[in-house]
Amino acid sequence: MMSSIRKEMRKKKINAFIKSYKSNRMGMIGGTILIIFIMVSLIGPIILPFDTMKFGEADNVLKPPSKEHILGTDDLGRDVFRNLLAGGRISLMVGIFATIISMFLGTAVGIISGYIGNKTDIVLMRITDFFLVIPWLPLVLVLAAILGTNIWNIILVIGLTSWAGTARVVRSQTLSVKERPFIERIRAIGADDKTIMMRHILPNVFPLVFANTILVTAVAILSETTLSFLGLGDVTRSSWGMMLHYAFQSGAASTGAYWYFLPPGICVVLVVLAFTFLGYSFDEILNPKLRRR
Amino acid sequence: MALLRVNNLKTYFQISAGIVKAVDDVSFVLNNGESMGLVGESGCGKTTTALSINKLLPQEGKIVSGEIFLEERNILKLNDSEIKKIRWNDISMIFQGAMNALNPVMKIGDQIAEAIILHKKVSYKEAIEKSEELFKLVELEPKRISNYPHEFSGGMKQRAMIAMALACDPKLIIADEPTTALDVMVQAQILNLLDKLRKEVNMGLILISHNLSILGETCDKIAVMYAGKIVELGNVEDIYDNNMHPYTNQLLSSFPNIHKEKKIPEPIDGIPPDLINPPSGCRFHPRCLYAENICKEKEPEMIKINENHDYCCHFGGIFNE
Repeated sequence: MMSSIRKEMRKKKINAFIKSYKSNRMGMIGGTILIIFIMVSLIGPIILPFDTMKFGEADNVLKPPSKEHILGTDDLGRDVFRNLLAGGRISLMVGIFATIISMFLGTAVGIISGYIGNKTDIVLMRITDFFLVIPWLPLVLVLAAILGTNIWNIILVIGLTSWAGTARVVRSQTLSVKERPFIERIRAIGADDKTIMMRHILPNVFPLVFANTILVTAVAILSETTLSFLGLGDVTRSSWGMMLHYAFQSGAASTGAYWYFLPPGICVVLVVLAFTFLGYSFDEILNPKLRRR
Repeated sequence: MALLRVNNLKTYFQISAGIVKAVDDVSFVLNNGESMGLVGESGCGKTTTALSINKLLPQEGKIVSGEIFLEERNILKLNDSEIKKIRWNDISMIFQGAMNALNPVMKIGDQIAEAIILHKKVSYKEAIEKSEELFKLVELEPKRISNYPHEFSGGMKQRAMIAMALACDPKLIIADEPTTALDVMVQAQILNLLDKLRKEVNMGLILISHNLSILGETCDKIAVMYAGKIVELGNVEDIYDNNMHPYTNQLLSSFPNIHKEKKIPEPIDGIPPDLINPPSGCRFHPRCLYAENICKEKEPEMIKINENHDYCCHFGGIFNE
């Protein structure tokens, strides 16, 4: 009996979440765009595979859109549309993996700093400040150059440089959670700090981490594009940033080959916008202070 | 044998305004299976005394001197990991405001099981079974251990907290205002339950409250605290009928007694003193109706009337004359 009531209540809660999500236009637009992009970049390359090393015929270079190539060809005679599909996969992958690293670091630093306090807090927060204030681009350029331009290194570099904001937010929430009476009770039970942080503080700051994750993903995708565009991308894999890089190098903009640089540009903008919309709408739904009545 | 012996406990808080002498020279003894009430106004050191006993003071708080013996062991001499073993296993607590003492994002059963697993070598399944038994003991439906705290009413949460306090069969339970946020009916139920369980498992109980009438029903003896000191300590009958300290007397007459003549309860004028610069001599003298010069100058000593009854006043029992 009891469990059926609980199931009912949970169902109601989920329904309420879906309902308030559906009434959020920004969230709906963001979600729809994202789903389309994720589906296309998952299925697309299977139907229309793309090989970076397979160049086209010499007379088939930088050709405008045609029946055979819907988005034309690039300076090496490769199909731009196929490249776009494959690039989406890489861009999304980098974005998501970098975000996982960033969230893990940011949450860990934030909780430890906020909960332990004292000297630990001071040291960790000064490191955080360092990452917050240092000009991001030069730091990333240097790191990427030192580590080498492998896709996993790029993920690592982006993850390592984008956690500071999350750490700050999580720390402030931890400071408020740790003063709640139930933390005192858990200490009275005889639990150690690790248990308190992992089992009690983490679940309580999680909604915040979750809403932040989506926003960080947008930044991570943009970062990958920036790095690749500046020539620090992985040359063996073609992301949207790499496409823009090659398009710029081959002078696509000055020769009027709009089909080469516009599609990846638009895709990056759309995906970043979609993540941002989604992030803000989740923030609005999960954060009672921002909820519309 | 004495379960808990507190000797000359002094707990001070170091804050920017100075040193707060929250608990200043407190001594008492609690025997096995005995229950003691700790009563006094807000900010007189009741909770600080309780937190000192299992060393749960906030960072600013320091136990300056004194001894706390749990049976044979001096708690103040134990290191961190030893004290963690004692917490909940030997001394458990029921906190002020059960509403906030449960983690809102964890099932109640899991929170009780967590306490059991921390101290006993049992599997999760066994811990959950034990939690169900405890729920029966506190008269809650065992099935409801898989509920979240927000699905419980205030009284139910407090029962769950009592179940949690009993989880590791402690020798001593410290209940810090267990009924403060509850309505009168539920208060009575919770207190009866506490009293019943205490007698069943024969454990010590320290009940902290600012409500003397609650303590009179559940406790064997009562310690009256004022401004960080125990001013009178005695059996319930002594405190109610033969009290010697003017503060105890005024505290008793500040709420109506249904057995005695009808009169308007008299409040105690003034506010509790600043514990950074407590009054000289007897700390109660600025508010005492019977204060004389000596009270300002000389701090009164503990006077023993009989084995169980102590008080701390220059003019003990003056209000009876």
